[in-house]
Amino acid sequence: MFALLDQIFVLLKHSLVGYFPVWMQPVVSVLISVVVIICLFPALFALTTVLERKGLARIQNRIGPNRTGPFGILQPVADGIKSLTKEDIVPSSADGAVHFLAPIVLVVAVFMGFAVLPMGRNMTLVQMDAGLLFFFAIGASTELSVFMAGWSSRNKYSLLGAMRAVAQMISYEVPLLMSSVAVVMITGSLSLGKIVEAQNHYTWGLPHWYIFTPWGLAGFVMYAIAATAETNRSPFDLPEGESELVAGYHTEYSGFKFALFFLGEYLAMFSISGLGTTLFLGGWSAPLEALNWVPSWFWFFSKLMLSICVFIWLRGTLPRLRQDQLMNFAWKFVLPYTLLILMVTALWRFLGPGWQQWVYCSAILIFAYIAMARTGLRRGHIGPRKYRYAE
Amino acid sequence: MSFVFWMFAVLTVAGALAAVLLKNTVHCALALTVAFAGLALLFLDLDAQFAGFAQILVYIGAVAILVVFAILLTRGSETPKDGVFSKNWFVGLVIAAGVFAVFAWAVLASVGVLPHEAATPEVSVAQIGQVLIGRYVLPLEIVALLLTAALIGAVIVAMDEKERAR
Repeated sequence: MFALLDQIFVLLKHSLVGYFPVWMQPVVSVLISVVVIICLFPALFALTTVLERKGLARIQNRIGPNRTGPFGILQPVADGIKSLTKEDIVPSSADGAVHFLAPIVLVVAVFMGFAVLPMGRNMTLVQMDAGLLFFFAIGASTELSVFMAGWSSRNKYSLLGAMRAVAQMISYEVPLLMSSVAVVMITGSLSLGKIVEAQNHYTWGLPHWYIFTPWGLAGFVMYAIAATAETNRSPFDLPEGESELVAGYHTEYSGFKFALFFLGEYLAMFSISGLGTTLFLGGWSAPLEALNWVPSWFWFFSKLMLSICVFIWLRGTLPRLRQDQLMNFAWKFVLPYTLLILMVTALWRFLGPGWQQWVYCSAILIFAYIAMARTGLRRGHIGPRKYRYAE
Repeated sequence: MSFVFWMFAVLTVAGALAAVLLKNTVHCALALTVAFAGLALLFLDLDAQFAGFAQILVYIGAVAILVVFAILLTRGSETPKDGVFSKNWFVGLVIAAGVFAVFAWAVLASVGVLPHEAATPEVSVAQIGQVLIGRYVLPLEIVALLLTAALIGAVIVAMDEKERAR
């Protein structure tokens, strides 16, 4: 019975597809999955906006939206109606075509990332051998949309915000990829389905998730930092926060286009949390062997929402990083540490199962963290900048 | 030569043409990105998954961003007063036609030389990795050296001149 519940969406889709003639079936099957994704994740997005506003409010000792429906549940409906009916203002000197395309490119690129996430047993939209590579390739396209938005607005603040956002996203993309490469090295495959399968084993009832290994924990922390920076979330939200005075690269966007940017940012958060769940937290596998009867998609989405709650918690707790602190952090701490994690992962594999791999790898990682964090991030002298070739 | 191939080919060529013919430099950069995307789609059509996704990741995700940054940080977005085409366009056309002729001859002559394969070989990423570390390790190391040199050069250009400007 629980196996039926686990595969209920797959069976529903098969029965729906059976109503169509055979030649149409592949197209209809893909179409149904795509429609489900397009309906489900914006619904989660609506839920997350309420969660975030209430959560942040409680952290900041206030209440948050409570007028629209009980506990403000209908707030996203109100927000949606507002953004649909607002006037769409485009500055007269703005670059029309690029201004229009920027939010579209963002949302399309982010939606495509959901195609490879395994949301449950047999519940991946497209099973690709190079699924992880596809995900990162599509994620790299979102930076282009940020630049397009900032540049086409013909606004100095937008341009500045866009350039900072792109610099930040590029800097943190390298640690993001490197921490995933450690997982790929251990699993031996770029396919996300195989990565989840490799973590779906249990020893003494505890799972083999990669986060429970020393390199996995360190890799997960680096991945989480890089993911927070990639999606421009606090404490890395200088591009859109600094300019909370002037709103950064989406200053000149109003109405539905701004809602699309908002949607794109939250969906990027979902998809990167989904990837982190797949890589480090075991995807759709249950935390304890005894809990295997609970459907796999429930575990995936619980882990996803847990990651979102951690994102919201971080936003409410930590102060914002300045641009130079952000970049220093990326290049001088996160990237070297991620390279070290890669080497420690190789050492883990090389030492083979036993107590040695645990002790040596943990010791190296902890010692390196202390050494790098204490010495590498000492406050440097910040004086007026001298440009070598521009004087 | 299926319909899908023609669609992607038209997209690539249109993007490349737009990159040369448009007046606004940033529009040219974005059209070049469309051409890169078209190339990636062609790779994917030929079942070269790794090459296609690496094309998107590297070209669209890094090279296109680099191009637009270069345009932004210099004053390249102002259209020059004399127009964007040079006066010696005929010489350029002849040279481009010559290069194209050489490429076309090389490609068409090589079709008979390659072994006739019955089906497209299934190349997995693992095989690419094996070949990179095994047979092509020297080019891999040379490319790594080149990238390191570029990185060091970038750091030197951006470095503070505290020692010399005293």
